[in-house]
Amino acid sequence: MSVDAPVRAMALETIGMTKIFGSFTALGDVSMKVEAGSFHALLGENGAGKSTLVKSIMGYYHADRGSLLLDRQETLIRNPRDARAHGLGMVYQHFTLVPCLTGAENLVISRADAPGVIDWTKEKKSLDAFLDRMPFRAPLDVPVASLAAGEKQKLEILKLLYLDQRLLILDEPTSVLTPQEADEILGLLKGMTDRKEISVVMITHKFREVTSFADSLTVLRRGRRVGGGNVAEMSTDDMARMMIGDTQVRDRAKRAERPAGKTTLDLAGLMADDDEGLPVLAAVNLKVSAGEIVGIAGVSGNGQSQLVEVLSGQRPLKDGRIFIRDAPFEPTRDAYYRMKVFGLPEEPLKNATVPRMSVAENMAFRNFDKPPNAKLGWWLSPGPMRAKARELIARYQVKTQSPDSPIGDLSGGNVQRAVLARELSGDVDVLIVANPCFGLDFASVAEIRSQIMEQRNKGAAVLLISEDLDEVLELADRVAVMSEGKITYVAPVQETDRATIGMHMAGHH
Amino acid sequence: MTEATFDATAVSPSNARRDFIVRLRSSAEYIAIPVFALVVSALLFSLFLAAIGKSPVEFFELVWRGGFGTAFSVQNTLQRAAPLILTALAVAIPARIGLITIGGEGALVLGGFASAAIAIPMLDRVPPLPTLLIMAMAGALVGGAWVGLAGALRHYRGVNETISSLLLTYIGIAIMNFFVEGALRDLTNPNKPSTKPLGDAYMIGKIPGTDVHWGLAAGIIIAILLHILMTRTTFGFAARITGGNARAALAQGLPVGRLIVTCTAIAGACAGLAGFFEVAAIQGRANASLAAGYGFTGILVSFLARHNPVAIIFVAIMFGGIVASGGLIQRRMDLPDATVLVLQGLTFVVLLVSETLYGRFAIFKAATTSDRT
Repeated sequence: MSVDAPVRAMALETIGMTKIFGSFTALGDVSMKVEAGSFHALLGENGAGKSTLVKSIMGYYHADRGSLLLDRQETLIRNPRDARAHGLGMVYQHFTLVPCLTGAENLVISRADAPGVIDWTKEKKSLDAFLDRMPFRAPLDVPVASLAAGEKQKLEILKLLYLDQRLLILDEPTSVLTPQEADEILGLLKGMTDRKEISVVMITHKFREVTSFADSLTVLRRGRRVGGGNVAEMSTDDMARMMIGDTQVRDRAKRAERPAGKTTLDLAGLMADDDEGLPVLAAVNLKVSAGEIVGIAGVSGNGQSQLVEVLSGQRPLKDGRIFIRDAPFEPTRDAYYRMKVFGLPEEPLKNATVPRMSVAENMAFRNFDKPPNAKLGWWLSPGPMRAKARELIARYQVKTQSPDSPIGDLSGGNVQRAVLARELSGDVDVLIVANPCFGLDFASVAEIRSQIMEQRNKGAAVLLISEDLDEVLELADRVAVMSEGKITYVAPVQETDRATIGMHMAGHH
Repeated sequence: MTEATFDATAVSPSNARRDFIVRLRSSAEYIAIPVFALVVSALLFSLFLAAIGKSPVEFFELVWRGGFGTAFSVQNTLQRAAPLILTALAVAIPARIGLITIGGEGALVLGGFASAAIAIPMLDRVPPLPTLLIMAMAGALVGGAWVGLAGALRHYRGVNETISSLLLTYIGIAIMNFFVEGALRDLTNPNKPSTKPLGDAYMIGKIPGTDVHWGLAAGIIIAILLHILMTRTTFGFAARITGGNARAALAQGLPVGRLIVTCTAIAGACAGLAGFFEVAAIQGRANASLAAGYGFTGILVSFLARHNPVAIIFVAIMFGGIVASGGLIQRRMDLPDATVLVLQGLTFVVLLVSETLYGRFAIFKAATTSDRT
């Protein structure tokens, strides 16, 4: 392992980095300077070129122009293996550890020189010695699959430190963590940069993380550097203006005061099994009224995603009933249509679209079998379908080259906007929303939340399932907590607080 | 994003042209890559021929002459293309819904056998036309049930449809052999165990002015109808959603199980009809000759046509030619019949490798691609 030199951290600088795809300039002449031992934030909207820049640095892409300086030496990185040899490590948005192996096994096999036969006694000893030098620990003896998200993220970072990386690039590292976990991990990294042990480049959308942890920042917009400097000299307003430019961000929809409506969605004793056949929903009972948002908070893995699957027909209901306006609801196409039930699932590309079908076709999923898209109930008319798509693309500002482009070619925020357009452009009585803002940028998040609020104001019953407590507190009229497959706590949002909700999330009730 | 992408939201004539170009470019990719794969496999096969001391030039010349060179060879080719169109459709339709079934051979054999068997009591009692219609229906129904079973097993019991359809093929062939060598054997024919012959009066005729039977016309019409079904109807749209993303299909409340079973049953019905035409137009009886490999060559045809029913017509004719030239090549070049199978196998492997090329070439992409963050 490494010798702890006074300044281990590495400086990084890009000069005039340019990457062109076809006729599209993803990255135009971007220069970014990261001092050794600094915590550098890379800010930008979806599609601003953050990932392209980072991938060009890491050797996934070859920049068309520009150069990279590591510790002031011009360096050519041909592929990710080169990057690793030069001490550049990357933590991705999603975990890259092997779930069925233990932490120790993950660390040892990740080494470039991992031996064919592993002497575990020796490795354990050297791992212990390594952990003693680290400012934080993670359990190494249990399979990674059984770790909480925060511990996994720590292990990802430990892996890079174990591999002796001196500059870490983090791609939205906190999107899978609870606020407490995020603060803890960023705090630890901040400590390491302050001691000049490593340098950090963090891609993020969250201003709070920038102001509390970063020293310096670079802001990208449409592939160009539009600002940067010391975080201390900048306000979040400055950052937002640089990020968004002159694009209009919609104002947050106001919560309209309205009398509580009648119960629209009634979940009565829902039971379901997980993929292994073990009970995962243990009698979920919850009522949602018209014009109300009920937010379900909870530590991930307590049955929230299975509840969403049951409500969207992706998982069979073992017992219990779903009622909509007192009528029993089954997740069939006819019932969705008749009872006006819509949904915004998490990861829409995976759950709500067919990536290789066109934007227009994806936008017609709800009504391709209804006039004017279908004549006689079975003959398709692509003309009205495309016309409707054009209208929705304009109204919801979906950035796509054409309604006939495959939806898989769009960026994450635009896929979510296309799904939003499909699900929310008609009359909505019931809206099931699951982690709608997962991995999206500032402007998209504001927009999507205001759209959800608008639906509530128009009288829809909204069930919001989110792992982001801030989102639940911002949107919900009532907060529910899900723990071990049950709703264990329900309270109006004015009568509760983070501490109480947190206690119920942790299972103390 | 470039400025141009914002313009795309406005409706204008230039948009229609741009949309057209987007579609044109992506269809060009679907033609260019399979053609490229064909050229590469022809080159590899030439190396193979050169290695065993035969002339590749002579080989391809003979393929051309044996398959397409004369009026006789063209008709021979079309004769063989007819079952290939239908067995390729038996792969293409399930592929649209995300299933890879390779049970066309079994459905062909059982369909052919069923149509021959149902005809036995009707011969000389019922006129030929109704008999043939009932035979066709029997073939389609039995074939449809056979592959539909693989689809149902997949959806309701999670059995891998590729494996089950292949295994069902062997069971299907065994069932036919069981009856042909036993209860339904025609004892007047001592040479080869077969069902009772239909007799000339009950055979399907030729398309007027040609030596090609009506199966070719039926195959082409069915291919076009299925193309329309998959692209222009709500059923096809729902099937494409299911094939592209079953989770999204469930969330849209689509009857995924019914769609899967219907698509696989249509597939089996196509292959069963191919069996009916082999019996009623070529063999005149059901016997082991039904299992001639059309079901397996159909897999290759469908993959090469990228599971597009219209493209299947042309690819099937091309492969019909290759199959038809087998005899000529055997006689002239002293190569075993199996040489053509080597070419087919090689093509299939190259084709599967070429699947990884899609989306790699900028020329087929839209002018501006969106950056993914």
